[in-house]
Amino acid sequence: MSGPRRAAPGGRARVLLGLLLALLMLLPFVVNPYLLSVLTLILYLAYVGQAWNVMMGFAGQLSLGHSLYVGLGAYVSAALFVHYGVPPALGFLAAILVALVFGAAIGFLAFRFGVSGVYFALLTIAFAEFTRIGFDHFDWVGGSGGFFLKVAQRDYNDLVNLRGSPEMFYYLLLAMTAGCFLLCHRLMQSRIGFYWLAIREDQEAAQAVGIDVFRYKMLAVMLSAALASLAGVFTAFFNNNLFPFQIFGIEKSIEIILGPIIGGLGTLFGPILGAFVLTVLAEGLRGTMEALGVVLPGVKQVFYGICLLFVIMFLPHGIWPSLRRRLGLDSDGRR
Amino acid sequence: MPIELYLNVALGGVLTGLVYGLMALGLSVIFGVVRVVNFAHGEMMTLAMYAAVMLFVYFKLDPLLLMLPIMATLFLFGYAMQTAVINPFITRPEHSQFILLVAIAIIMINGLLMFFGPNARNVLVDYAYDSYQIGPILLDKVRVIAALAALAVAAALFAFFRYAPTGKAIRACADNNRGALVVGLNVKRLYALTFGLGSACVGAAGCMMVLLVDVTPMLGPTYTLLAFVIVIVGGLGSMGGALLGGLLVGVSEALAGLVLTPSAKSMVTFALLILVLLLRPQGLLGRKA
Repeated sequence: MSGPRRAAPGGRARVLLGLLLALLMLLPFVVNPYLLSVLTLILYLAYVGQAWNVMMGFAGQLSLGHSLYVGLGAYVSAALFVHYGVPPALGFLAAILVALVFGAAIGFLAFRFGVSGVYFALLTIAFAEFTRIGFDHFDWVGGSGGFFLKVAQRDYNDLVNLRGSPEMFYYLLLAMTAGCFLLCHRLMQSRIGFYWLAIREDQEAAQAVGIDVFRYKMLAVMLSAALASLAGVFTAFFNNNLFPFQIFGIEKSIEIILGPIIGGLGTLFGPILGAFVLTVLAEGLRGTMEALGVVLPGVKQVFYGICLLFVIMFLPHGIWPSLRRRLGLDSDGRR
Repeated sequence: MPIELYLNVALGGVLTGLVYGLMALGLSVIFGVVRVVNFAHGEMMTLAMYAAVMLFVYFKLDPLLLMLPIMATLFLFGYAMQTAVINPFITRPEHSQFILLVAIAIIMINGLLMFFGPNARNVLVDYAYDSYQIGPILLDKVRVIAALAALAVAAALFAFFRYAPTGKAIRACADNNRGALVVGLNVKRLYALTFGLGSACVGAAGCMMVLLVDVTPMLGPTYTLLAFVIVIVGGLGSMGGALLGGLLVGVSEALAGLVLTPSAKSMVTFALLILVLLLRPQGLLGRKA
C-alpha cells in the first residue's frame, strides 16, 4: 500500500473488537425477540451513522439530509421488487446507483458553486425535504399513503429476496456493519483518508499542498451516499412499508447523525458506541416509564433531550475519545 | 375572473408572508450577531402560540393585546437560554451547536406535548371571518391585522438597531467582535440581549400566526425549516432580506397551493431555496462573506 502507514492497531484494541464481534454473533441465541429487535436497531443506527461519518467525520462536510440517500435506496429497491420482481440481491445495485447520482449531483452543485458550512448543511436539508414532498405525490410508489411489500411467510430464510426471520436480518446487518467498519478502517489508513483529514482540518492548506479538494470531497459524498442507500434497502425489506414522511423526514436525518456525534465524530468506534448508548437510553426510558405507569406522551423524549443536552455540553468530542483514554487504547492516534 | 382569483391569493400570500418575515427576522438577527443558527426557532414560535391560545381560552384576551407580554416572556426565555446554555457553544463547531439546539427543540416539542396533548388548538376571535373588500379584492381581516402588526414590530426593531445606543453596540459586535471587546463592550450581555430580541420577534410572530393557523406541538420543525428557507433566500444576517424572503415565500406558497395542490406548496419553497443557494448563496440582500 502506498502512502504513509500508521502503526498497526494496538493488540488490545483488536482483542476487544474480536470479543465484541463474537458477543454480537452469539447474542441472538440467548436473547428474546424484543431484545433482538433492540440489537437490530442499534446495529442499524451504527451502520448508517458510520456511513454519515465518512462524509462529516472524515472529510468534514456536514450533511443534515442523509435520510435522502436512505430513502432513495429503500424506494428504489422496493419499487424494483414490487413492480418488476427484481430481487434486492440485484436491486441494491440500482439503489447504490441512484444514491451515487444524487450524491454526485448535490456534491457537484455545492462544491462547484462554493456552498459550504451552514449553507451546505441547509442545502442538504433542502434536497431531502424536496424529495420527501416529491415522493408524497409520486403515485407509482404509493405517494403519501405509503408503499407496501408483501409480508412473506417465515419458514425459511431467503437472502436473495430478503424474506426471512428477524435473525436473518440481524446477521445481515451485522455483516454490513462489520464490512463498513473494515472499509472505514482501511480508508482511514489510506492516502484517501489522510487527504480527507487534511481537507477537514484546513481546506485551503490542503489545496495548497496539491490535494484535489473537489475530487476528494466528491468521493466522500458519493461513498457516504452509497453506504447510506444500503441501509435503505435493509429498512425497506425489514419493515415492509415505506412512508415518505417517515423515511425522508428531518427527524430521520437527525437520528442518523446523533450516534456518531454522541459517540465521537470521525472515530471508527464512535458511531457504534453512540448508537448503543442512545438506543439503550431510549429503550431504558421507555421501560422505566412503563414500570412507573407514566402514560403521558412526551415524557420519555423530554428526558432523552435532557440527556442529549448534557452529553453535548460536557463531552463535546463524544463519549468514545474519553472512554478510549480510560481503556488505554490511545496509543495509535484517532482510532 | 381567474386574474382576480390569482390576485386575491397572491395578496393573501403577501400578508401571510409578512408574518413569516417577522418570524425569520428573529432567526436572522440571532445569526447575524451571535453566529449561531437557532435550530429551535420554530419551537419557540410554537411556545408563543400556545401561550396565546391558553390566555385566549382562559381570559378571552385577544392575541394582539397579548403580543407585548408574550414578547417580553420570550425575550426573557431567549436571554436566559443564551446566557445559560448557548454561550459556551459560540466557539464550538457547527455540528455541536446543531445538536445542542436540536436537544433544546426536542425538550420543547415534547414538553408542549406533555402539557397540551397532541390535538390541534386554535384561537377563534369574533372577527375571524370578517374581510375587507376593495373593488374585486377581498382581504381577510385577521390577515391584514397580523401583517400590520408584523410590520410594526419589524419597524420597531429596525429603529432600535439604527438609533438606540444598545442597538448600535449590538451592530458593532456583529461587525467586529474583537473591536467591540477592545472598546469595552460587554459582548456576552449583548449576545444575550440579541438572542432575547430575536426570541421576542418570533414570539410576536407566534401571536399573529395563531390567528392564521391551528397549533400543535409538532408544528415547530416545520416552521424552523421555513424560517431557514426565508433567511437564506433573503440573505442570512440581513434584516430587510428576511422580510423580503418572507414575502417571496408567502406569495410563492400561496400561488403554488392554487396552481398545484396545497400539499405540494412547500416543494416550491424548497426549490426556491436550492436555486438561491446555488446562484446567490449569500441571499438576495445578503453581503458576500
